[in-house]
Amino acid sequence: MSGAMARRRFLGLGAGAVLGAGLAACSSPLASGLAGAQPDTADVIFWNLFTGGDGANMVLMEQDFRKSHPGVSVEATILSWGNPYYTKLALATASGTPPDVGISHLSRLPLLAAAGLLTPVSETGLADLGVTPDRFTPAAWQKATVGGTTYAVPLDTHPFVLFYNVDLARKAGLLNAAGDGLKPMRNAADFTDAVRAMKDASGRYGAVMSITADPATAWRYFSMVYSGLAGPVVTDSGTKISVDDAAMQEAFAFLQSLTKGGLMPSVLNGSGANALFSTGKAGFLFDGEWQIPSYRLVKDFHFNVVPFPALLGPKPVAYADSHALVIPHNPNRSAGRTRHAAQFVKSLLDDSAVWAHGGHVPAWLPTQRSTAFLDQSPQRNYVQAAFTAQYDPPAWYTGAGSDFQNTVGATIIEALSGRTSPKKATAAMRADLKRYTTARPPVTMK
Amino acid sequence: MTTVAATRPAPEPLAPAAASAPPPGSERRAGLLLSAPFLIVYLLFLVGPLAVGIVLSFFNTTTVKSGLGGWVGVSNYSKVLQDSLFWDAMWHSVLFTLFTTPPLVVLALAAAVLAHRMPRGRVFYRVAFFAPYVVPSSVVALIFLWMYTPQVGLITKLFSGLGLPVPDFLGSTSGGWTAVVLMTLWWTFGFNFVLYTAALQDVPPDVYEAAAIDGAGPWQQIRLITVPLLAPTTSLVLILQILASLKVFDQIYLLLGGGPNQSTRPVIEYIYDTGFTSYRGGYGAAATMVYFVIIVAVSAAWYGLRRWRATSTAA
Repeated sequence: MSGAMARRRFLGLGAGAVLGAGLAACSSPLASGLAGAQPDTADVIFWNLFTGGDGANMVLMEQDFRKSHPGVSVEATILSWGNPYYTKLALATASGTPPDVGISHLSRLPLLAAAGLLTPVSETGLADLGVTPDRFTPAAWQKATVGGTTYAVPLDTHPFVLFYNVDLARKAGLLNAAGDGLKPMRNAADFTDAVRAMKDASGRYGAVMSITADPATAWRYFSMVYSGLAGPVVTDSGTKISVDDAAMQEAFAFLQSLTKGGLMPSVLNGSGANALFSTGKAGFLFDGEWQIPSYRLVKDFHFNVVPFPALLGPKPVAYADSHALVIPHNPNRSAGRTRHAAQFVKSLLDDSAVWAHGGHVPAWLPTQRSTAFLDQSPQRNYVQAAFTAQYDPPAWYTGAGSDFQNTVGATIIEALSGRTSPKKATAAMRADLKRYTTARPPVTMK
Repeated sequence: MTTVAATRPAPEPLAPAAASAPPPGSERRAGLLLSAPFLIVYLLFLVGPLAVGIVLSFFNTTTVKSGLGGWVGVSNYSKVLQDSLFWDAMWHSVLFTLFTTPPLVVLALAAAVLAHRMPRGRVFYRVAFFAPYVVPSSVVALIFLWMYTPQVGLITKLFSGLGLPVPDFLGSTSGGWTAVVLMTLWWTFGFNFVLYTAALQDVPPDVYEAAAIDGAGPWQQIRLITVPLLAPTTSLVLILQILASLKVFDQIYLLLGGGPNQSTRPVIEYIYDTGFTSYRGGYGAAATMVYFVIIVAVSAAWYGLRRWRATSTAA
């Protein structure tokens, strides 16, 4: 009997000791976690969604901030790109434990702003640090403004651009006299001729892009072509369909003219496009400028990047999005923390020439006009695209990584692959849009 | 793993009188105490969220705002039930189940019987067949994605090398289904294989011996002894496989993104897309509940059928 008691006592004491040690080891995060507060583990808590080359550049920029502000600590957390990131940002902010600084695509901003998750820039003290509207690419600043209030500080513009293989372009006779760009193309016919010349030069394909299972890329491409002819596909904060049927059919017909004629493969995913373009089996690549770092790594591969020429409309259009810095709403954030957050945002803007190595056009004009950026090639070639940028139309459902892009992108892929006619694709697109314009919005849009 | 233990039929309680007598208080307390860790986790992470989900499904809840949002009654349900995309997605989950369940059961049985009859190297085959199952779905999807890649992938090169027409594995609906089913077969049949291997070890060797003396060949032994004796395991493997296949999400999401044109999107991806990507939490919860009811109905029907069969054979 006494033996059993002793064992119980021993076990009890042991359990108590382990529990005590555990609690002591993580007392502050546990305590604050149970109380529902965010532990202040650093002066600036920063969330972003950058991995790969962008992630490495962001880490450099964070280090530069630490060097220039030795008294301010920064803790950066990288979350999965796209939807997982936005879900976490929204949930954390709604439950009162947001980061001090976050990243948002400007295309995702309208919903976050309408839900009251963001602190207006005017309340962050950024203006006192010299962060004023006149020092940004106008299109980006305008997109950061929802209902007259600016909620985000744009870091860059990342347009959909035209990559080309320099050697093949020379062979195809597409290079200009100086050899640093393409001969001017004025319309769809010029462009198609160029793609055909590239096909002859490469012996395989004129152009490639990621089509299969890549609705976002399909949507960017389609958006660019369609925007040359008509306005946004939805208006009134996403409650009204405003499709121009004739323009949309023309856009689909143009997309199909390239894939159906064999100038580009109608079935190809991202890695396939990468492989074909980087081995000289395709002259053009249609993709976002963020692919630049991955092609830089390919040995003896000469490529260049330019904005798309005007295709179906009178003027060139660049489908684009922007990474922007936001300060999520937190009623309990102290003035001191807000000041640190503003300093951090300003530092990232000043350092955005580093960011441009990822291919992005800095939205901060002092950087955009600096030699640190203008020495970067091919980045300097497509700055103009930032000024002709077409973003997703404002609505609760649009934006980078959204379900909307997946849905309409799927319809566009059907058209690109030639499985559906331009007329049917237009009708399908209307049906896709109807699903969103008639759904009950999660928040009321202004 | 409880499922393995369940392949052996539990002995029937022998004395009904003993079962009706209540156990002493101390034993009841001990029983509760011992099951407390499980119960707490079960309540906290299963029953709790389920209850929250039921409540959410009646509100316009969103994940971008705290609180429940406005009361919408059953309109989330009526919209889900009217949404053709929901039913498409539901059909895709059923289709996946129909495509994968029969081969996964048959393949696992065949492989288990063959591995069991190996005179040597049995451990090697067991490990080799089970190994893919422990690889995470994201890794499997990456590997297969590379093999299926149009123009440059291993399988597509193999087809064109042999002069066969190259199926569009990622870009067409039939190709997509083929791609995902093949990958799932390779990846998951190891689990059923282990269940069958365990059951095979329970078959007494003297039965085979007797059969051999009576002149039964190996095929007859398999057909007339092994397969009938494994019937309880087959029944278990079937229901586990049906439920697992109905829950398909990760491999389709990672390999095809539900495409092409959402023609392979399973119902869980539909729920994920509307509930999280589009922030419509209440609507997503309603879709989940509809799906939950269907899964419960399938399980209940299965068990009902088994009980009915058990009682009818006993009578």
